Amino acid sequence: MIHTLSVLVENKPGALVRVCQLFARRGYNIESLAVGPTERHDVSSITLRVNCDRQPLAQIEKQMHKLVNVLRVRELEADDAVERELALISIAAPPERRPELMALADVFQARVADVGPDSMVFEIVGEPEQIDSFEELIRPHGIRELSRTGRIGLKRASVRRPNRQRVLN
Amino acid sequence: MNGADAVLRSLEAEGVEVAFGIPGGAILPVYDAIARGTTVRHVLARHEQGAGHMAEGYARASGRAGVAFATSGPGATNLVTPIADAWMDSTPLVCVTGQVRSHLIGTDAFQECDITGVTTPIVKHSWLVQDVEEIPQVLKAAFHVARTGRCGPVLVDIPRDLQEAELDFRYPDSVDLPGWRPPVRGHARQIAEAARRIASAEKPVLYVGGGTLNADACAELLDLAEAGRLPVVTTLMAKGAFPETHELHFGWPGMHGPKWSNLAMNTCDVLVSVGARFDDRVTGKLDAFAPGATVVHLDIDAAEIDKLRRADVPVVGPLKQILADLAAEVRRLRAAGDAARTEPWLRRLEGWREEFPLRYGNGGQLKPQRVLESLQELTAGRDDVVWTTGVGQHQMWAMQYLLCDRPRTFITSGGLGTMGYGIPAAIGAKAARPDATVVCVDGDGCFQMTSQELATAVLEDLPIVTVIVNNGYLGMVNQWQSMFFEERRSHVHLTHAVPDYAALAEAYGAKGFTVSDERELDEALAEALACGRTAVVDARVDAHEQCFPMIPAGAAAVEMLEYEERDGAEAVSA
Repeated sequence: MIHTLSVLVENKPGALVRVCQLFARRGYNIESLAVGPTERHDVSSITLRVNCDRQPLAQIEKQMHKLVNVLRVRELEADDAVERELALISIAAPPERRPELMALADVFQARVADVGPDSMVFEIVGEPEQIDSFEELIRPHGIRELSRTGRIGLKRASVRRPNRQRVLN
Repeated sequence: MNGADAVLRSLEAEGVEVAFGIPGGAILPVYDAIARGTTVRHVLARHEQGAGHMAEGYARASGRAGVAFATSGPGATNLVTPIADAWMDSTPLVCVTGQVRSHLIGTDAFQECDITGVTTPIVKHSWLVQDVEEIPQVLKAAFHVARTGRCGPVLVDIPRDLQEAELDFRYPDSVDLPGWRPPVRGHARQIAEAARRIASAEKPVLYVGGGTLNADACAELLDLAEAGRLPVVTTLMAKGAFPETHELHFGWPGMHGPKWSNLAMNTCDVLVSVGARFDDRVTGKLDAFAPGATVVHLDIDAAEIDKLRRADVPVVGPLKQILADLAAEVRRLRAAGDAARTEPWLRRLEGWREEFPLRYGNGGQLKPQRVLESLQELTAGRDDVVWTTGVGQHQMWAMQYLLCDRPRTFITSGGLGTMGYGIPAAIGAKAARPDATVVCVDGDGCFQMTSQELATAVLEDLPIVTVIVNNGYLGMVNQWQSMFFEERRSHVHLTHAVPDYAALAEAYGAKGFTVSDERELDEALAEALACGRTAVVDARVDAHEQCFPMIPAGAAAVEMLEYEERDGAEAVSA
């Protein structure tokens, strides 16, 4: 099962390596990893996705708590967190195809980040699953290059919403 | 002052008495600061691995953090084995390494090695110092992290230019480590529940591990055992944490533990793990270990809870407080209930102890077990003997035959199983306990891995007695090849005679003895123990004596193999 962990670490050299190593040591591949600054200049946030069972994950979480640089470890449950990801997708776009691609992008609220003679770069921000959908729909047009940031997340400010709406940026 | 002086002033502020190490290019300024004067005694080792194990031996004998110095590159990588050893056995160890100058880092400079990178998985934390002003606070934090929570190794890597840079020295009063919050108290409700389970048990066992020694909780353990009339089994790492001549002590669990100890562990109804970690050498096949027992798990490290065996009642916190509170509560419950509740169980354990004694073959060549029995007899009742060991058959016989009544008197490499640990650890223990007679029980294979440190023992006036249980083989490997590889002996024969161990000892300025029968053995041991000098006793023993009982790796404890008489030899019981 895939779990999303939000880890706050001191902004110090080696902090990321120490966290990632706990997964590598047990043979778990990190599926996505996003690292960046937080509201505090001395604290960084690591959001990572890993496919492993509950019991080994609990063990790794406890090991993470013991790392001197780790300030907080929290699992983000899908219903209880706001999760976003950004993707840049370069796609083959001869002029006659562009209206169709633009229409598709419009549905997903993807933005055109760049246009060339025969290709376009889309920028999309959203829930990772929506990016998956967009990616699938434009794939037949010929993806030339694609880069995703990996998801970042925060615990929801509101109470858990059982029938949450799809929210796009 | 410069950064190197700051290192020494910081160690002095931490109350460090002794440090072990070897100088080299990238740590020259620190050694210059040592030469210019410090209250820290520096012990010059012959190999950085030796320095690291000495620091470990010092830590384990004293309860304080051990300190090791090494230069960059190979000096630092030679510390990797002691660091890994300290990691596995939770030994507080502070390693200070020199690093190439800051501007050379990452350029493959001479003797450059990314030692913080190499050691990441085997340290509690490490620091590559970035600014000379950081040195005092980094060292303060290093000692704090090594000694608090679950003890273990830390590493401080200091580029040479920072050792030479100037700073205004002020040693901080406190550490600023927002992410380091070891538990400070066991939860009262969990302790009450643990006490209830223990007091209502009919067949309880206290399964005591090395964490008890690190927590300085041996007096509290004794109090708990006596309050509840609870039998105690101590792991290899906990040997000495509970008096082994006490009527409530029932041996040592695991692969080479006596049958009665393993029967106690595997028949109990409430298993109380006290700073132990359900190591595979203790449990054997985990699914079959202590089936049906309720587990009360006491540990400072929350990550140990449910790691291998699910805990019914976990209590996380300092063992000293937890055991003290438990003892008081168990005493209260016992006084209110059935004070003699565990007596039938204790009688049963005593019955097993009589039924299944340790045995070995008598007759023919000198037996290795006899060497340990002699050592036990010669030192019985003394409170000033500290043992260290290497790793292998001799270590297991030492566990079985030596009786330790005091904490921190049996120092061995448990988790990592580091051959060659014994001699340097003994030197470190001697530095911590100058009053004690420190005896390293070694194997011939182990001896040859770190024997160069005999020079350290002689020249630094840290006399130790090394007793080589010399069977001419890598004995434990030989045993496994005999038992599990159809007696195909592959590269295990070291021979009894090369080197001539007594002559080698004499070459180092130590006393050397060679013995091959019981009379010679007893005389040589008595003389070596009494001589006050570094001495080596080469006890040439039966090459093919195997260590029993034995639970084969991965087997259930009940599938224990016992001693079998061979060649018609008469078995003697201990």
